[in-house]
Amino acid sequence: MDCKHATRLLSQSLDRELALRQRLGLQLHLLLCDACTQFFRQLSLLRQAVRQLSSRVEHDESLKLSDAARTRIAEVLAIDGRSSSETGLQPGKDGN
Amino acid sequence: MAETSISSQHDWLAEHGDYLYRYALARLRDPHLAEDAVQETLLAALQSGSFSGKSSVRTWLTGILKHKIIDQFRRQSRETQLETPEDLAEESPGMDEFFLDDGHWTEPPQSWGGPAGLLQQDQFLQVLQECMDKLPKKLARIFLLREVEETDNDEICKELEITPTNAWVMLYRARMSLRKCLEMNWLAGG
Repeated sequence: MDCKHATRLLSQSLDRELALRQRLGLQLHLLLCDACTQFFRQLSLLRQAVRQLSSRVEHDESLKLSDAARTRIAEVLAIDGRSSSETGLQPGKDGN
Repeated sequence: MAETSISSQHDWLAEHGDYLYRYALARLRDPHLAEDAVQETLLAALQSGSFSGKSSVRTWLTGILKHKIIDQFRRQSRETQLETPEDLAEESPGMDEFFLDDGHWTEPPQSWGGPAGLLQQDQFLQVLQECMDKLPKKLARIFLLREVEETDNDEICKELEITPTNAWVMLYRARMSLRKCLEMNWLAGG
């Protein structure tokens, strides 16, 4: 197994279960190859970092719907609410 | 009955609109697409009328939003033609720059240090953000779907209408490009 093949399998190992033969081949390769060992660490850091980045956006309270978008959405909902009541939309089944 | 649902719908927009927007923005990374997803979510919520009161309204709305986000991904995948022969090639030309003919690295990856320090660094996350922006859109989307949404491969293939091999190749390319970009722009500067 060369590095090119190993990196492909290392990436896939984050997305699916590899075959036993592939896992053993990778373990052997990683034992002998610092570069691919480093690569695998980078992939796991990348995964953590991109989650962190998204979590920051998700919790950044300064990010809000723009006034224009808010108005537009409110209008769309109001129009739909009216047409639903005209066509006799099923009422919510929120009883137990 | 209709009066109640319209007024509570307005409350949902006021109370949860910003939260849903941030949730969508974190995943779609485009303000307009995020706004559209919020609109579709609230509209679907209004039309379904099936909120049971067993979960919180926010949890319920977020569940709807997740589906709308995947709808957006799917829609865009259709719009930007995915299936050019180059995208699907196992040995894509773009990957050759990383390896020599004998399969060894042209530039072996560097140590990035441990996660504890790294993930606290604004500069690292800033560079990652820029690298994500440079990634071809279809690669960025599948990467986010996999890494942030934690969508499993079967689901990705079903939603984006691609084969498992396509998905692995695209995820591999996204990861290879991102780590290369980080090494060039972050390690070099820091």
